[in-house]
Amino acid sequence: MAEFIIKRILQAILVLLVMTVLVFFGVNVVGNPVYIFASSECDQPCLTKIIADLGLDKPVWEQYLVFLGNLLQGDLGNSFTHGVPTLTLILERLPATLELAFAALVIALVVGLPLGMLAGLRPHAISSRFIMGFSMVGFSLPVFWIGLIMILIFSVQLGWMPSIGRGDTIPMLGTDVSLFTLDGLHHLAMPAFTLSLIMMAMVIRLTRAGMREVMFADYIRFARANGIRERRILSVHVLKNILIPIVTVLGMEFGGVIAFAVVVESIFSWPGVGKMLIDAIGVLDRPLIVAYLIFVVFMFVVLNLLVDVLYSVLDPRVRLGGKE
Amino acid sequence: MKFWKPTLLGALVLAAAPSLAQEVLTIGVRSEASSLDPHWTQLSADVQVQEHIFEKLVALDSASQPIPGLATGWQAIDDTTWEFKLREGVTWHDGEAFNADDVIFTFDRLRAGISGAPASPAFQLEKGSKTWEKIDDHTVHIMTDGPYPTVAEDLAMLPIVAEHVANGVTASVDFNSGQAAIGTGPFLFEEYSPGNLISVQKNPDWWGGEVEWDQVVFRPITQDASRLAALLNGDVDMIDYPPTIDLPQLQEDPDFNVSTIPSDRLIYLMPGYKHIEPFITDNDGNVMVPNPMRDMRVRKALSLAVNREAIRDRIMGGASLPAKNIVPPGFFGYIDGLEADPYDPAAAQALLAEAGYGDGFRVTLHGPNDRYINDARILEAVAQMWSRIGITTEVDAMPRNIFFSRLIRGDELSMPGFDVPEFSMFLTGWGTVAGEATYTVSGTLETYNAATGGGNGNFGRYSNPEIDARSVLAKRTIDNDERLRLLQEAIRIGMDDYAYIPIHFQVNNWAMKSGLTHQPRTNERTLAVEVSKTE
Repeated sequence: MAEFIIKRILQAILVLLVMTVLVFFGVNVVGNPVYIFASSECDQPCLTKIIADLGLDKPVWEQYLVFLGNLLQGDLGNSFTHGVPTLTLILERLPATLELAFAALVIALVVGLPLGMLAGLRPHAISSRFIMGFSMVGFSLPVFWIGLIMILIFSVQLGWMPSIGRGDTIPMLGTDVSLFTLDGLHHLAMPAFTLSLIMMAMVIRLTRAGMREVMFADYIRFARANGIRERRILSVHVLKNILIPIVTVLGMEFGGVIAFAVVVESIFSWPGVGKMLIDAIGVLDRPLIVAYLIFVVFMFVVLNLLVDVLYSVLDPRVRLGGKE
Repeated sequence: MKFWKPTLLGALVLAAAPSLAQEVLTIGVRSEASSLDPHWTQLSADVQVQEHIFEKLVALDSASQPIPGLATGWQAIDDTTWEFKLREGVTWHDGEAFNADDVIFTFDRLRAGISGAPASPAFQLEKGSKTWEKIDDHTVHIMTDGPYPTVAEDLAMLPIVAEHVANGVTASVDFNSGQAAIGTGPFLFEEYSPGNLISVQKNPDWWGGEVEWDQVVFRPITQDASRLAALLNGDVDMIDYPPTIDLPQLQEDPDFNVSTIPSDRLIYLMPGYKHIEPFITDNDGNVMVPNPMRDMRVRKALSLAVNREAIRDRIMGGASLPAKNIVPPGFFGYIDGLEADPYDPAAAQALLAEAGYGDGFRVTLHGPNDRYINDARILEAVAQMWSRIGITTEVDAMPRNIFFSRLIRGDELSMPGFDVPEFSMFLTGWGTVAGEATYTVSGTLETYNAATGGGNGNFGRYSNPEIDARSVLAKRTIDNDERLRLLQEAIRIGMDDYAYIPIHFQVNNWAMKSGLTHQPRTNERTLAVEVSKTE
């Protein structure tokens, strides 16, 4: 296990390094941030001063080396727009996104698993077709459309839900969390549900497929033959076995949800990192874009590692490095 | 202690309980302020929030004309010295008295440079090579290197910060935390939560009088549809930039009010004037020599072929002011009776034939698609209109972060000062922030000159010595009547020559719930002191 983890960490460092090169040079090819900020009355000496101030007067490779040097000291640079260390900005806004993604994950599982099991148990019932139809819709309708329609119905027409922002927060573990206040949950409901739809659809489909397969497996028949109650068969023997593919896929998906909850965050004005990234791209805030993307790579690597570990806990057969 | 109610409805009732007796104004804004350091950028989104906290020596009224701010009056005491009398009895938010030392400190801070600032307004001090001197606690002299008429307009761009708090702070960071966000304005800093909200509180001691709102909250809502929805369901009281397509409905709805004023932002089309332009070809795709845009008749034909009323009515939801003037009505330099060109495709075709281009040619029209109101749709409409008179027009719209780099600098590798703008025909805008035309004429009509800053917005590289003479002189003419004459002559020459093709002035709109009134501003900023309750 230890050897496996060390290998993974070395791989991760290599991936990060390659990523810094790709991101840094990629971002530097697009446009020129100076012209976004400079007033139309800013003349040449004024422009030159800004260019020097932002460190853009140096050749790109030199800027990269400076960046890499700072990175090794844990400094991801200052945002052009805000003048604040980029890492501070990311960490400040990450809790909001994590919270949103976490709530979406919970909704996806709580709703998706039972629905998927129902559909798997009675594949030909009307209700099952309805469930599968719903999962189809969840997959295929664009998220921004669903979000806007939800706002239209629940905020504008019915007036039940707030359409923007995050609710009241309470400090917890050194950060602000809105999961435990009524106002916070109230604000969280619509964006989290919207964000959960794709994951939910995936959970439904995976659960149903898993059910169809596992229900006919020998060990389920034996369990039945043994007279074990149907409820126990489902909740223990079946569920355990269908969870593995679901955990794998959700692990991957969860990273994506955190990194690119952009659309949902924009529609619901959720103050998370996704919205920050879009704003940063809009004004070519290069340090912030680079820092964020590197942060995302880092996060994906960590998540994959976690999924692997969770895997081996759930299924002894795949316990990596285990002895034959 | 609140108890969890299992029903959704119960949760809603609790959450909707109003905060008591406080007059709170919540404004949904399109762009978020990036910093509360008033010397950090000059982006409208930043300035409009900062203006609640910080003030300038010279304020701008709703038509962008200079009025007394922290200075009660100013005058030129000789050709190169302006005397500013400071307002007495003004205190900073922490109770310290405001005086000339703060003004001197502010200008010194700007000249020393704000480390890391992407667009500090410091260059306003370089215009006319200004220097400054404290005469007494409430008198400051500003000296220029020659006669220089627009000192007051320039100082209207420079917010004053407090020496005793801003001395030695870290730019941007310490202002965002509130530590240095101590101004003299109508509101006190309360909270800055990036991406979520910025809130300010009433300043009970403001010299300008009683402030109506106890608290003002700015919430960034980038998406047009979401911002409108937030207004409709009452999450915010007021929004800027309501989607133009929804304007007619909002105006008719008794539950909402809309405030409207022409903005200072001119949207125009400008041709490239180089001998050979890469994006102008004949009908077979060959580059044309000479570039047909150098013929005034072609430019006039293009202007006559644009149906500005149709753009206003079908694209802008009625919210635009077709134009031939380059500054809006009420601004210094506006020419009465200079009307937008009529839509006359027949005359346009005749002009093209007369110029020898009766068979038309091809042009690529470049422009941004996320900078101005409905910019991409205007581009498409213009392309269709031009194609109708035989000029096959292709649209290439791009995000502003790419568009402006290519427009201004051209080749990524070109050196500063040797920019080669890339486009042969483009749509862009110019905001006359200062409320008067001197720098609009100099920026857009004067010949490009990196050394003097002339023509720094002239990306077509138009050049006309008759305009240059007047523009350069106007920048050195203190006498208002004389300067007005020079500017209006320059504008008339430029527009008669179709140096560029004005389309319209944008119209600024705000939408708010009924029960609120708003004095709209030409310069697009949303200020809480200009919003009041009608009951």
